Amino acid sequence: MRINDVILRTVVRFVVFIILTLAIYLFFAGHYSPGGGFIGGLVIASAFVLLYLTFDIEKVQQGIPVDFKKVAALGVFLAVGTGFGSVLFGADFLTQTAQKFHIPLLGDKELGTVMIFELGVALTVVGVVMTIIVSIAEGDGD
Amino acid sequence: MTIHFAIIFPLLMAALIPFIYKAFTKVKIGWFVLLAPVTVFILLARLIPLISSGETQTHTYEWIPSLGINFTTYLDGLSMIFGLLISGVGALVVLYSIFYLSTKEALHNFYCYLLLFMGAMLGVVFSDNLMVLYAFWELTSVSSFLLIAFWHHRRASKAGARKSMLITVTGGIAMLAGFIMLHAMTDTFSIRAMIAQAPSLVEHTLFIPAMICVLLGAFTKSAQFPFHIWLPDAMEAPTPVSAYLHSATMVKAGIYVVARLTPLFAYDLTWFWTVMIVGLITLFWGSFNAVKQTDLKALLAFSTVSQLGLIMSLLGIGSLAFHVDIDATAIIYTQAAFAALFHLINHSTFKGALFMMVGIIDHEAGTRDIRRLGGLMTIMPATFTIAVIGSMSMAGLPPFNGFLSKEMFFTSALHIAEADVLSRASATALVPVIAWIASVFTFIYCMIIVVKTFFGTTEKLPQDRKIHEAPLGMLISPFVLVFFVIAIFFFPNVLATYILAPAMVSIYPGLASMQEMTPHVYAWHGFNTELIMTLGVVLLGFVLYRTLAVWRRIYNTLPAQFTLNHVFNRVLSEGENVSSFVTKLYMTSSLRHYSLYIYVFLIVIIGGYFIVNDAFRFSMANNAEIHVYEVLLVFMMAVAAVAMLFVQSRVTATVLNGVIGFGISIFFVIFRAPDLALTQLIVESVTTVLFLLCFTYLPAWKPEKSSRREKTTNAFIALFVGALVVLVSLSVLHFNEFKTISSFFENAYELAGGKNIVNTILGDFRAFDTMLEVVVLCIAGIGVYTMIKFRMRKGDDRHEN
Amino acid sequence: METLMILLIGVLVSVATYLVLSRNVIRVILGTAVLSHAVHLLILTIGEVKKGEAPLLGNQTANGPYTDALPQALILTAIVISFAVTAFVLVLAFRAYKTNGTDDLEQLRGDEHD
Repeated sequence: MRINDVILRTVVRFVVFIILTLAIYLFFAGHYSPGGGFIGGLVIASAFVLLYLTFDIEKVQQGIPVDFKKVAALGVFLAVGTGFGSVLFGADFLTQTAQKFHIPLLGDKELGTVMIFELGVALTVVGVVMTIIVSIAEGDGD
Repeated sequence: MTIHFAIIFPLLMAALIPFIYKAFTKVKIGWFVLLAPVTVFILLARLIPLISSGETQTHTYEWIPSLGINFTTYLDGLSMIFGLLISGVGALVVLYSIFYLSTKEALHNFYCYLLLFMGAMLGVVFSDNLMVLYAFWELTSVSSFLLIAFWHHRRASKAGARKSMLITVTGGIAMLAGFIMLHAMTDTFSIRAMIAQAPSLVEHTLFIPAMICVLLGAFTKSAQFPFHIWLPDAMEAPTPVSAYLHSATMVKAGIYVVARLTPLFAYDLTWFWTVMIVGLITLFWGSFNAVKQTDLKALLAFSTVSQLGLIMSLLGIGSLAFHVDIDATAIIYTQAAFAALFHLINHSTFKGALFMMVGIIDHEAGTRDIRRLGGLMTIMPATFTIAVIGSMSMAGLPPFNGFLSKEMFFTSALHIAEADVLSRASATALVPVIAWIASVFTFIYCMIIVVKTFFGTTEKLPQDRKIHEAPLGMLISPFVLVFFVIAIFFFPNVLATYILAPAMVSIYPGLASMQEMTPHVYAWHGFNTELIMTLGVVLLGFVLYRTLAVWRRIYNTLPAQFTLNHVFNRVLSEGENVSSFVTKLYMTSSLRHYSLYIYVFLIVIIGGYFIVNDAFRFSMANNAEIHVYEVLLVFMMAVAAVAMLFVQSRVTATVLNGVIGFGISIFFVIFRAPDLALTQLIVESVTTVLFLLCFTYLPAWKPEKSSRREKTTNAFIALFVGALVVLVSLSVLHFNEFKTISSFFENAYELAGGKNIVNTILGDFRAFDTMLEVVVLCIAGIGVYTMIKFRMRKGDDRHEN
Repeated sequence: METLMILLIGVLVSVATYLVLSRNVIRVILGTAVLSHAVHLLILTIGEVKKGEAPLLGNQTANGPYTDALPQALILTAIVISFAVTAFVLVLAFRAYKTNGTDDLEQLRGDEHD
């Protein structure tokens, strides 16, 4: 699975950042237009997959020194945690709430606990997809 | 509230036992455990004056009110008797066990199970709600199982535990069915509410089935013939357990249920006949078999079976009071129930003492086999005293409490023989005869217990130990019980007034006043038939004991393959064989077969339902318009799908799968589902990568080795399933019988502050689903990771390539 | 349109069924993948298609009616789950091959039926 293609490598270097930017846009846009935690997470994961397809595993792991299992665990923790968070405030499990903020230059924006939940979903998706891909890719030992 | 506490407290203690065990390693934890029964006993004892004045106590804690299942406790005379027995005997047994069990045993397990049982048993007798009663009932079976198997390294323990569990739980399930039938009839789970409407239930079609089911539960639990076979095997449990569960309390749960439900079922004569006859057979069979036993505990087990049968038959006779007018004749029959309750208490005292006595002998002499025991009278005088008093009480001799209740039993038996209210009066003439014969055998085995153990020579005893009297701690409990054996004989009417009288009102609500139904118990009631019968028992019993060696042979006349135990084992092993044979028929461990079952069932059941109900519909009226490019796309996907069947390369097949996936994402765009389109696009890419990655490790496709017939079958099934899906989908397509719920979600902005409806559903309306999905995703990830990595660690270390 | 889609779904289901019934592990897995495609399409189609705008409130172009959003949410969940399941069984197959040296399900049946 090693592709020695200079053009591909060069293009991928740029494309990955475009994809990641898109992913972050999709993630935040999710509440109003297409996007959201699942899609954001999947797009991020696909960017990483592209990196793995283009470069060596070692090289990518040097660039992104993240244990994806922990990312997945953190994601699940966030998703379940927001549920219990609302219980602490006396509301039902997984009640979401939102608050309007005025951010300079961007205008009125709404920020809600649903963002934390979505972040949890996104992190889980990234973590799990990457764990699966990386495990399989590494797993040709015997 | 008090009663709720009494039930919960032992259970709570059971939960705390592991921590106490860890915290106090120096002290025997039995001393802590003792707290539970003593507390409960004191709590209950303080309520005796209230109950004996005819009051009752009810307290409801709502549990599942929508199903009519509430944790309602009901304290009346009947439950008071059992409550006192459970806590009182419980306290004595725990005290005894402190000295009986060595600290090397798994004491934390033992006491945990014992407390669990205690709480469950209290729950059984105090619950007014049948469902709650059933739950506690099964909990007693489970804790009994755990206690019998306490020495789980022994084969016999495990076998005994399994047998008792199988029999009692089977009966328990029958009882559950009976309770549900009762609920269907009365629309309540409350026992008191059921009893209130009892006279009108007799005509109901479910009345007899419900009665039989409930009786099955009671008979299995109380070891009635032919379900008694589990009790002798249960003697593998440690002796304190045998004394507590298998003679004083748990086996009396069936008696409790029969007594409790008498005012509900007694309106039909079937109840009287069933309970009395089963009781009498058990009484005879138990005493008859006890004589041939050589293990002291097995002997006591059969004697328990027999005594339980005695109590049961008395309750049966007592139920006849519901069929006569309220006058003197009714009182005759209520006296039978009185005798039943009286004997219940007496039995717990003398049988508890006898079990503890056997425990002492086993503990000190190292054997319970009467062929080896002998001559212990001089070595263990205290134990000998216990044995003599317990046995004589059991044999029904004065001056012990067994005499009183045995005489009352004879009285009731004689009354039933003369009963003219029954059309089949001649049959009941046998009752006193059976009662008398059983008493003779009872006398014989009581002689065996005392004489074979304590008289004769000590030659055959195990010689490897120095036998001496038991330590004082082990003697306290049996002596307390023996004290009651004598005290009750001299002051029976104290017990009758304070404890038994209120219980009579529970069995016969509204039939007569408490005073009318409580006879004055006399030790000396003249030179009447009952006394002559007792004298006859002693005489014949003595003669038969002396000639035991001569007539012992009749026990061998029944061939081994006709014994109940053999039948039970046979049924069990045959059941296993048949089920394993049947299972092997369809569990072929071929994935294809399993999939075939699913598909065939799908076709037969779904297709069959639609054909039978003529539910196929087809209409194109409301269809959306079609564009040419959509037709092309559909065509392309269909071709890709069909081509997957024929391609010989797995990479091509995967790519074709990708074609279908991307086609679907285009449809998601066409069908106005942007989120789906995006997700599908990315997932399809990642899935394809995944497939290709895995192919590096998997072998290339070889042509399918399946036979032609197999392939044809597969093709037919596939076509059928596809056609069925098409037909069913077309039929439900424009199904408009239900109102759509989707319009609710269009308020997404007001309700969830988001404008992307799909996303608000995922993140807010149905966030719980999403949360669980995330968890599932994580589990799948962990699964993949471990499947790959664990092998690595087991194999060699070259996992870094 | 719906009828056409359902016909397509029928073809997909048939193909998936045939694949699931075959002996090769990979074909079975591909079968389940195709089957989930078919089911996703089915859920969407039954919810009636082309009846309105994309379920995005306050879009400049339209103010309803909207396409049914509920099936879409269901499918979104289903897509991700089916991905996870596919990945899991793929690895299972690959592990089974590593351990047993065959990808033929009939040979994976165990000793009892040999």
